[in-house]
Amino acid sequence: MSKAVTNVLFAGIGGQGIILASDLLSEMAFRCGFDVKKSEIHGMSQRGGSVSGDVRFGEKVYSPMIPAGEADYLVVLSEDQVEVCKNMVNENTVILTPAVLGDFDPGKSLNVAMLGALNAGLKLDKEIWFGLLREHFKGELAEINIAAFERGEASVK
Amino acid sequence: MASEKIILSGDEAVAEAALCCGVNLGVGYPGTPSTEVLEHLSKIGGKAQWAPNEKVALEVGAGVGFGGGRTIVTMKHVGLNVAADPLFTLAYTGTKGAIVVLVADDPGMASSQNEQDNRNYAKAAKLPMLEPSDSQEAYDFMIRAVEISEKFQIPVMLRMTTRVCHSKCIVDRWKPVEQPKVFDFELAVKERVMVPAFAKPAHVRLEDKMKQIAASAEANVLAQKETGSADLGIICSGISYQHVKEAFPEASVLKLGLTWPLLIEPVKEFVSGVKRCVVVEEGDKFLAEAIRAAGVEVEAKADAFLFGELSVSRVKKLVAGDTTPEPAAAPGRPPQLCPGCPHRKSFEGLRDLNCIVSGDIGCYTLGTLPPFNAMHTTVCMGASIGVALGLRRSLKEEDARRVVSVIGDSTFMHSGLTGVAEMVYNRPATGHLLVILDNSTTAMTGLQEHSATGRYLNMEPANQINIEAVCRAMGVDHVDVIDTTVEHERYMALVKERLASNDVSIIIAKRPCILQIKKLAKFQKGGAK
Ligand SMILES: Cc1ncc(C[n+]2csc(CCOP(=O)(O)OP(=O)(O)O)c2C)c(N)n1
Ligand code: SF4
Repeated sequence: MSKAVTNVLFAGIGGQGIILASDLLSEMAFRCGFDVKKSEIHGMSQRGGSVSGDVRFGEKVYSPMIPAGEADYLVVLSEDQVEVCKNMVNENTVILTPAVLGDFDPGKSLNVAMLGALNAGLKLDKEIWFGLLREHFKGELAEINIAAFERGEASVK
Repeated sequence: MASEKIILSGDEAVAEAALCCGVNLGVGYPGTPSTEVLEHLSKIGGKAQWAPNEKVALEVGAGVGFGGGRTIVTMKHVGLNVAADPLFTLAYTGTKGAIVVLVADDPGMASSQNEQDNRNYAKAAKLPMLEPSDSQEAYDFMIRAVEISEKFQIPVMLRMTTRVCHSKCIVDRWKPVEQPKVFDFELAVKERVMVPAFAKPAHVRLEDKMKQIAASAEANVLAQKETGSADLGIICSGISYQHVKEAFPEASVLKLGLTWPLLIEPVKEFVSGVKRCVVVEEGDKFLAEAIRAAGVEVEAKADAFLFGELSVSRVKKLVAGDTTPEPAAAPGRPPQLCPGCPHRKSFEGLRDLNCIVSGDIGCYTLGTLPPFNAMHTTVCMGASIGVALGLRRSLKEEDARRVVSVIGDSTFMHSGLTGVAEMVYNRPATGHLLVILDNSTTAMTGLQEHSATGRYLNMEPANQINIEAVCRAMGVDHVDVIDTTVEHERYMALVKERLASNDVSIIIAKRPCILQIKKLAKFQKGGAK
């Protein structure tokens, strides 16, 4: 069944918005009509520890945890987490680090810019994405994040 | 209300169901991974409050149930050790309104001090236990738990684990919201007063109730059988079910939603229909042993799987009987005290004075790591004081004089007060020093309020217990309040002086957690969550 399910692993450091990024992708997958499960490890994240979030979506998802070696996408917000997640990837895993953004520095919207970069591969409906971002971020923050998403997506194409 | 689907964590789903059931009160003490249940219940308009500890929470819940109302009492797994005293006797008293005790176990110890498997408590206390395997079942089983509790007049345990509490999935909220009800007082002395003459028949009633539950339709619908290949049958419960379905899609599966009392009939029938039957469970070999004790032959897991969480790959190995060690996951960045955390200065001082630190549980437990290396024992909440008093009785004098207890403010209100009573009453010859790290919050579990912060769970102003006045009233010789980040010299001098004396002393190191300051600022701006 495994390829009927898309596995996206997010990883970073407490405070970078990993949990929010994985929540947004889960909600997105739900709105696109998929079954979805999300799981996270955030032990004592307030103190700068590693944080990761697994999002799995497809027709039917059972375990909320991505099995070792089965991540289709690894999205890291802090480069050193690639090493930490090495048992989760295989030779086909698409690994996205902030380096894909080139000279674009999204500041606090790094997590959303990386969701844009991820969507270059996932190709989920952009209107639904923007609606979701507008619900989540208020006022000018919504436009800043939509711009970050678009720059992120464009940087991978 | 038409059913409504949204994405929820297991904790949030329980809270939504509690609201639908019209609970009069949600009460508990914070502890990962259970904390979000009451936070969510409050957010969606239910009545939820933090008790000083889990024992008090369960006692308050008992009263709600005795009065006829409905309650959910929440705690992490070790919280049930604290609440065990009322739990065992509440099984005898029974209840009128629903009492659901949510315990959140933490196999793998994402953030806990042990891996205890609380299914053993259901058996020991003789209470029914339900185990959801995802958020939808967390919602459904909370509602079932209320029904079973009221039908059989018995508290019901809802056991979740970290992955069920914190994972999110799509939940259909099918039940319309009920309003809480209040009742006339009903006298039921023989049921509620557990003196031996009344407790003896109560014990007999309890055994009988458990038999009735095991035979009931309510319990039996919770055993879900999925017929697949006859070559392999798997019995499981909770999160293990999800891993099993992914690892062995063709297998026959029996998922036990009620893991205590054990329903032996559906188990027997299932086992007789398959060539090989393996029990897949996290934690102890609880189900396998209970099934075998009932005379049904099933395969239990190897000892290698007593430790840690299961996963799809571990379930494959478990069923194959493969006990080769698993590749260790690469270590992530370890947690550390935030830069600017007020605990830092307090620990630097104790380190520089070469103290022996009897510690406790909270953010400050990180004081055990470099660069502080300034916590030398940690057992359970509140243990810092008793353990230190014992150390002072068995160490030679020069070492006894170096012993200091360190406890946080939330932990102090949870179980430090009785430690101070011991310190004042049975004072060691060398006296003792307790440092209370008062950062005005329960930081470790995500910044919860408590009885000494002056705010309720929903952030409204509350009566504030004055820790300093309490310590003085208990007869401590010296109580000093100090900000160790700005008065560091004075702090060092005080610790030295108190340790040299034979007095019992308390230093309250008072300065708010930096994340708590941010939370309050956000709240005052009206951005409260
Ligand atoms: C019996 C029990 N209940 C709950 C917990 C979870 N828990 C660990 S430490 C802690 C309190 C931490 O607050 P505090 O003592 O004020 O220290 P801080 O984290 O703020 O530094 C809690 C609730 C636990 N370990 N044991
Ligand atoms: S959350 Fe607060 S108490 Fe915990 S380490 Fe950070 S500043 Fe210190």
